[in-house]
Amino acid sequence: MIFVDVLAGGVRGGTAILYAALGETLAERAGVINLGTEGSMLTGALAAYAVTAGTGDPWAGVLAGACAGALLAAVHAFTVLSRGANQLATGLVVLFLGAGLTSMFGAAYVGRAISPFQPYPIPGLSRIPWAGPILFDHDPLVYASYLLAPALWWLLFRSRWGLVVRSAGERPAVLATYGHSPLLVRYLAVVGGGLLAGIGGAHLSTAYANAWFENMTAGRGFIAVALVIFAAWHPLRAVGGAYLFGAALALSPALQARGYGFNQFALDALPYLVTIAALIVLGRRQTGAAPEDLSRVFQLTPTR
Amino acid sequence: MKRLVAVTACAVLLTACATNTTSSSKTSESAPGTGGTKIGFIFVGPKDDYGYNQAAYEGSQAVAKAYPDLEVLTAENVPEDDNAARVMEGMVRKGAKIIFATSYGHRDPALKVAAANPDVVVLQQGNIVDGPMPPNFGTYFGTVYEPVYLAGIVAGKATRSNKLGYVYAFPISQTLDNINAFQLGAASVNPAAKTYVVNTSNWCDPAKQAEAAKSLLSQGVDVISQHQDCTATVIRATEAAGAYTVGYHADASPLAPKGWLTGSEWDWGPLYTKMIQTVVAGQFTGSPYNANFRVGLKTGDNPFVQSPYGPTVDGATKKLVDDAKARISKDGSPFLGPVVDQAGTVRVPAGTVPDYKTIESIDYFVGGVVGKIPAS
Repeated sequence: MIFVDVLAGGVRGGTAILYAALGETLAERAGVINLGTEGSMLTGALAAYAVTAGTGDPWAGVLAGACAGALLAAVHAFTVLSRGANQLATGLVVLFLGAGLTSMFGAAYVGRAISPFQPYPIPGLSRIPWAGPILFDHDPLVYASYLLAPALWWLLFRSRWGLVVRSAGERPAVLATYGHSPLLVRYLAVVGGGLLAGIGGAHLSTAYANAWFENMTAGRGFIAVALVIFAAWHPLRAVGGAYLFGAALALSPALQARGYGFNQFALDALPYLVTIAALIVLGRRQTGAAPEDLSRVFQLTPTR
Repeated sequence: MKRLVAVTACAVLLTACATNTTSSSKTSESAPGTGGTKIGFIFVGPKDDYGYNQAAYEGSQAVAKAYPDLEVLTAENVPEDDNAARVMEGMVRKGAKIIFATSYGHRDPALKVAAANPDVVVLQQGNIVDGPMPPNFGTYFGTVYEPVYLAGIVAGKATRSNKLGYVYAFPISQTLDNINAFQLGAASVNPAAKTYVVNTSNWCDPAKQAEAAKSLLSQGVDVISQHQDCTATVIRATEAAGAYTVGYHADASPLAPKGWLTGSEWDWGPLYTKMIQTVVAGQFTGSPYNANFRVGLKTGDNPFVQSPYGPTVDGATKKLVDDAKARISKDGSPFLGPVVDQAGTVRVPAGTVPDYKTIESIDYFVGGVVGKIPAS
C-alpha cells in the first residue's frame, strides 16, 4: 500500500521537524523568534551522534543532543534578550555558528559506527491494519513526540505556567506588573525551544538516518520555523504540518521504488511547494493569531 | 570552511611561488619525468572524505612507500581552475617531475602546466583529452562497473524475491553504468532478477537515503546497493531489515556483519606505482600511459577492486564470479553485446564491445531495471 508507506514515512521523517517546531512554538509564544533552530538541530545531531558513538547508549546521546541544542539557543537568547540585538539577524548568525562548529568538530565522526535507536513495534497496536504501520512501528523518540505535543498544548493553554509564557509573548509589561520577570520567562522559553530542536537533530542522526554528515538537517530547521506560523503557534497543528512535510519527502522514493516515473525535480521541490502554498493560503488568517509582542519583531521595533 | 582552508593554502603557495624566482630548466635533453626528487599529487577535496579523494590520497601514500627515495607532495582542496595550475607549478619548482592531477576538472590546468614544463609528466585522473596527446601528458581511469557487475552476480544469486535495489544520487553516465552493470551481472545468473532504482538528488543526504532504503525494502527488495558519497545510512537500514548489502567506495562489512555480500572499492596504489615506474625509466612518451588510458580486468591494475565476500556467499557463487572475471578479462567488458534497453531496443549489437567513450556517455537503463531516468 503506497499510502501506508508514504504516511509511515511522513511520521518517521516528520518527527525531527516536529520536535523543532514544538520548540519554536514555545519560544515564539514567549515572544522570541529563533531562526537559529536549524543550528540547534545540527549541534543536537552531532552531539547525540558523538555521545552515542562514545557511550554506546543512544539515550545518553539524546541527552547530549538536547543540551547542545539548548546551549546554542542560549547564545541566541543572550544576544537578543540581554544585548538587545535584532532577533532575525541574530538567529541567522547563530545558525551559521552551529553549522560551522558542527562542520569542524563533526569531521571526525563522519563514517563512525554507532548503535542507534531500534524501531520498537508496540505490541498489539502495531498489528492494526494501516494505523499500525503508520503510527506504531517506530523508534522510541517518535512515541515520545506523540506525548510531547499534547503535553506542550496542555502546558501552554491549560496551565498557569503557560499563561505566564503566553503573557510574555503578548504583553510583557502586564506580566511584569504581576511580579514575573518577562526576561527570565523568555530565556527559559528560548533555551527550552533549542533543547527540543536538539532532540529533533538527535532523532535525525541516531534514529532516522543513523549517520552524521555535515549539514545533514538540510533546511529542516527552517521548515520548522515556517510550520510554527502555518500552525498558528499551536502545538497540535504543528503535528499535522510536520507529518505533511515528511509525507511529501517520502512520496518521491515511494513512487520510484514502484517504478513510477514522475518529474523527479518537481517531486524534490514538492515539500517546499506544499509549505509555501500552506503559508500563502493560511498566511493572512494566521497573522491575527501571532503573539502580539512577536509581531513587533517583524515591524522592526526593538522588543522590550 | 573548506573553501577558506583552500584559499589560505593557495595564498601560502602563491607567496612561496613568488619568492622563488629561479625558473625550472625547460631544455632538458632527457626524457620527461626523469631526474626528479619529488612527486606531486593534487586533490579537489579533503584527504579524509571517506570517498574519492581519500582513495586517491591513500594511493599517493602507497607510492610514498614504494618509492622511499622520492618525496611525495600532496595538496588538498585544490579548486578546478587556474589555482590548480599555480599549485602544480609550485610543486614543479620544488623539484617534482611527475604530477598527478586527480580530479576530473583538473584537466585544463594540468594541460597548461604540461605545456609550460616539457620535462614534467602530468597525469590526469578521470577525464579525456580529445585530439592530439602532448608527449608528456596522459589521462587514466579505471572501470568501476566491472566489480559492480561481479557484485551483481553475487546479488542475483543471493536474492530470494528477485528484487534488487539501487539507491543512486544523480542520473549521470557513471551512475547509469553502475546500475546497468549491476543488473546485467544479476541477470546473467538469475534471469528473473530485476533492479529497482531510487534516486536522492544528492550525493549525501542521509535522511533521504533512509527513506529511499525504507521504500525499497517495503517493496520486498532483499539486496540493496548504492552509488552515494556517504554510504552508512543505507547499509544500516538494509542490515536492520535483514536484507543483503552490496557496498560501494569502501569495505563496509563491519556495518553489515550478517548481510554483507561484496562490493566495489578503490585501490589506486598499484596503478600509480606502475605508471611512475614507466616514467622514471624514461619510457613514458609513446607508452600506453601517454594516452587516454583506461584500465580494467583485461589490462590489469584496475583501481576498482571487488571487496571481500561476506559470510553467506557460497563457493558456487564465487565460482560464477571467477568465471565472469575470466570472461571479462578475455572479452574486455561487462557490456559485451547484445545490450538491450528498457524499451527493448538493442543498444550494443551482439558480439560488440563498446569503447570507453561510448560507455562513459551512456544515457539509458538496460532491460530489467525498474524505474525511469528522471527527465531534466
